[in-house]
Amino acid sequence: MQVEKFYYDNRTVKNFAYATIFWGAIGMIAGLYVALQLVFPQLNVTQYGSFGRLRPLHTNAVIFAFVGNGIFMGVYYSLQRLLKARMYSDVLSKIHFWGWQLIIVAAAISLPLGLTTGKEYAELEWPIDIAITLIWVVFGWNMFGTILQRREKHLYVAIWFYIATLVTVAVLHIVNSFELPVSFFKSYSWYAGVQDALVQWWYGHNAVAFFLTTPYLGLMYYFMPKAANRPVYSYRLSIIHFWSLIFLYIWAGPHHLLYTALPNWAQSLGVVFSVMLIFPSWGGMINGLLTLRGAWDRVRDDVVLKFMVVAVTSYGMATFEGPMLSLKSVSAIAHYTDWIVAHVHVGALGWNGMLTFGIIYWLIPRIFKTDLYSKKLASTHFWLGTLGIIFYAVPMYWAGFTQSSMWKQFTESGQLKYAFLETVTYLKPFYAMRSLGGLLYVLGVLLMVYNIYKTVKAGELVADEAAEAAPLEKHIAQPGEHWHSKIERRPVQLMVFSLIVILIGGAIEIIPTFLIKSNVPTISSVKPYTPLELQGRDLYVREGCYTCHSQMIRPFRSETERYGEYSKAGEFVYDHPFQWGSKRTGPDLAREGAGNLKKTDGWHFRHFREPGSMSEGSIMPAYAFMLTQELDTSNTAAKIKAMRTLGVPYEKGFEYKANAHLIEQANGIVNNLKMDSIRITPNKEVIALIAYMQRMGTDITKQNQP
Amino acid sequence: MFKFIKKYAETMDNISIYPLISLMIFFIFFLALLIYVKKMDKKSVQILANIPLDVNEEQLTQPI
Repeated sequence: MQVEKFYYDNRTVKNFAYATIFWGAIGMIAGLYVALQLVFPQLNVTQYGSFGRLRPLHTNAVIFAFVGNGIFMGVYYSLQRLLKARMYSDVLSKIHFWGWQLIIVAAAISLPLGLTTGKEYAELEWPIDIAITLIWVVFGWNMFGTILQRREKHLYVAIWFYIATLVTVAVLHIVNSFELPVSFFKSYSWYAGVQDALVQWWYGHNAVAFFLTTPYLGLMYYFMPKAANRPVYSYRLSIIHFWSLIFLYIWAGPHHLLYTALPNWAQSLGVVFSVMLIFPSWGGMINGLLTLRGAWDRVRDDVVLKFMVVAVTSYGMATFEGPMLSLKSVSAIAHYTDWIVAHVHVGALGWNGMLTFGIIYWLIPRIFKTDLYSKKLASTHFWLGTLGIIFYAVPMYWAGFTQSSMWKQFTESGQLKYAFLETVTYLKPFYAMRSLGGLLYVLGVLLMVYNIYKTVKAGELVADEAAEAAPLEKHIAQPGEHWHSKIERRPVQLMVFSLIVILIGGAIEIIPTFLIKSNVPTISSVKPYTPLELQGRDLYVREGCYTCHSQMIRPFRSETERYGEYSKAGEFVYDHPFQWGSKRTGPDLAREGAGNLKKTDGWHFRHFREPGSMSEGSIMPAYAFMLTQELDTSNTAAKIKAMRTLGVPYEKGFEYKANAHLIEQANGIVNNLKMDSIRITPNKEVIALIAYMQRMGTDITKQNQP
Repeated sequence: MFKFIKKYAETMDNISIYPLISLMIFFIFFLALLIYVKKMDKKSVQILANIPLDVNEEQLTQPI
C-alpha cells in the first residue's frame, strides 16, 4: 500500500496552549481576588468589582476559558495523531480558536457589567449563548471532518470521550439556555422555579461531567500512555468506563437539590445514580494509575508524570467524595457550606489543573522541538501546586464542617445557639488560609508561564509536522465480527448511540417534572411580582446575590427555626430564573420579608449602604451605588410582556399601567424611609431592591390571613 | 410546549415505572457489554491499546 505524506497542524495546538495558560492565570488570579474579598470586604471596589459579579467571572474563566482551551489544545494534538490525519480544515480551526477567545472576552466584559442570566455556570446572556452554540458546531464539524478522513481504522477510546463531550455539551447548553430575550442584554429563563432548578442542575452537574471530566478522561487516555510510554493498563476497562460513565452521569443532577422543594422521586433518582457513579469513576482512576505499573520509579524524575499522578489521584478523591455528598444525610451537612467549595476545588485544581499542566509541559517542548527550559522550575511548580491544593482544601473542609454544625446547634432551652453572623466571623481565618493556598497555586502557574516562555524562546514551532501513513482500506466485513468493533469504526453511529444514551437519562429526569401537575402543587396565595418587585428581583440577579444567599429553606428544625416555614415547590412558579442558590456565605433569604426575619425598609436601606453598620463584622459588599443609581424603568412594559409570554398571569394591558404602579409602590417605601429620617427619591435602584426583599416569602403567610 | 403529550402524561398513573424500565434496559446493556469485553480477542485489544504509541503490529506480537 502506498504511504501518504501529510502534516499535523501544530499551530492551532500552540494557540490553544497559549490561551490555556493565559486564561488560566487570569481565572485563577480572579479566584484569588474573590477569595480575598471574603476576608477583606473593602476589596469590593465599585459595582464592577463586587464579589457577586466577579465570582461568576472566576468560575466561567476557569471552566470555559482555562479548561475549555485546555480541552481544545489536547484534542487538536491527540486527535490528529490518533487518526493519522491533519485537522479537517485550517479555516475551521482558526474560526474555532478565535471564536472561542471572542466569547471569553465577551464574558469577561459582560459579567462585571452585571449582564447575567443568574444561573450558575450558565450566566452568559443570550447573544453569547448563541455564539457558543455556533462555535461548538464549528468544533464538531472540524472534528468529524477529521474523523471521516482518517488513516486509522479504529477510533481509540480517547476519541469516544471527545465525541460524547461534543454531543452532550451541545444538548446541555441548548436545553439549559432556553430563554426569552427582553433586550439585547437581558433575558428570562424559559423555565420557572422547580423546573428551572432541575434543568439548571441537570446542566450544572453535567457541565462538570462532560466539560470538566469526559474530555479530560480522553486526554488522560492519550497523554498518560504517551508520557509513560506504555499502553493503558486495561483497554477493556476503558470500554466499560466510557459507557457506564456517560450513561450514569446524566442522571445524577438532582443530587444538587436534596431536601429542596424538588419532588422526592427525582431526588431519589439522583442519589441512586450518583452512588453508582463511583464504580466507573474509580475504574477510570485505577486504569490511569495502573498505566504506570512497572514505571513508578520514573515518577520520581519525570515531572510530567508527577503532575499526572496527582491529577488522577485528585480525580479519585473528588469522585469518591461526589457519591458520598449525594447521600441525603451527608448532603444535609455539606450543602450550602464551604465543604462543597473544597470538593469542587479538589476537582478543578487537582484533576483539571494538574493534568493540564502535565500536558503543557509534555507538549510544548515537542511542538517546539526543544527541551523544557527548566525541569527544576517545573518541579517547584508541581510542589507549589500540590501544597496549594492542600492549603486550599483542608481549611475549606474544616470551615464546612464547622459552619454546618454551628448552624445546627441548639441551646438546652431549645434555641439556636449561634446567630448566622457569628458563623461568618468565625470562618474568616479559614478564608484567609484558603487564600494562602490559592496564592501558592497561582505562584506555581506564574512559574510555568516563565518556564514555557523560556522554552518557546529556545525552540522554534514546527507549525506543520510531517507524518506519513497508509490510507484506510475499504473495510470488508469479517464473519463473526463483533458489533462493538463495528461501532468503533463508525464514528457517526457512535455519536448517535451516545446521544441516545444521554437523552434517555435527561428525558426521564426532566420531562415528568414538566408534565405531571402534582409535581408542583399550586398555592393560590402565590401571586406574580409587582413591577417594582420584578425590577428589584432583576437587580438581585444582576448583582449575583445568589452566589452567597440561598432562597431555599430545607425541612430541618435548625432551618425552620432560623428562617421560618420550609420552602414549597409552589412558591416559585413565577421565578424566572429560580434563585435557590447553592451556597450560604450569607443567610438564606427565602422568607426575608416575612415572620421574625422581617426588617424595616430603613434597616435594609442602611444595610445596603453599609452592611457592617447594621451587622457588625459582616463581609457583604456595600451597595452604596444603588442609593444614587437610577432605576431603568424604560423596560418595565417589555419585562411584564415577556413574563406573560412565559406564563405569568399578568392581566392584559397591565404593561401599560405597570410603571404607574411601580411609582406608587416606590413612593410608599420612600414614605416609610422618611419616617426613619432617610431622604431619597423614589427612582433609585435601592428602592426596587428593598421592595423585592420585603416581598420574599410573604406569599404563604398571606394564605393564613382571613 | 409539550401540549400533545401533556394531556396523556398528566393522566398516567404509574409514570414512575419508566425510570425503572430504562434502568433495566441499561442493566441488561451493561451485562451484555461486560460479556463482550470479557470475550474480546486479546490481540485486537492489544492493537487498540497501542494506537497512541505508534508501534506496528509486528512489534506487538513480541512480548513487551
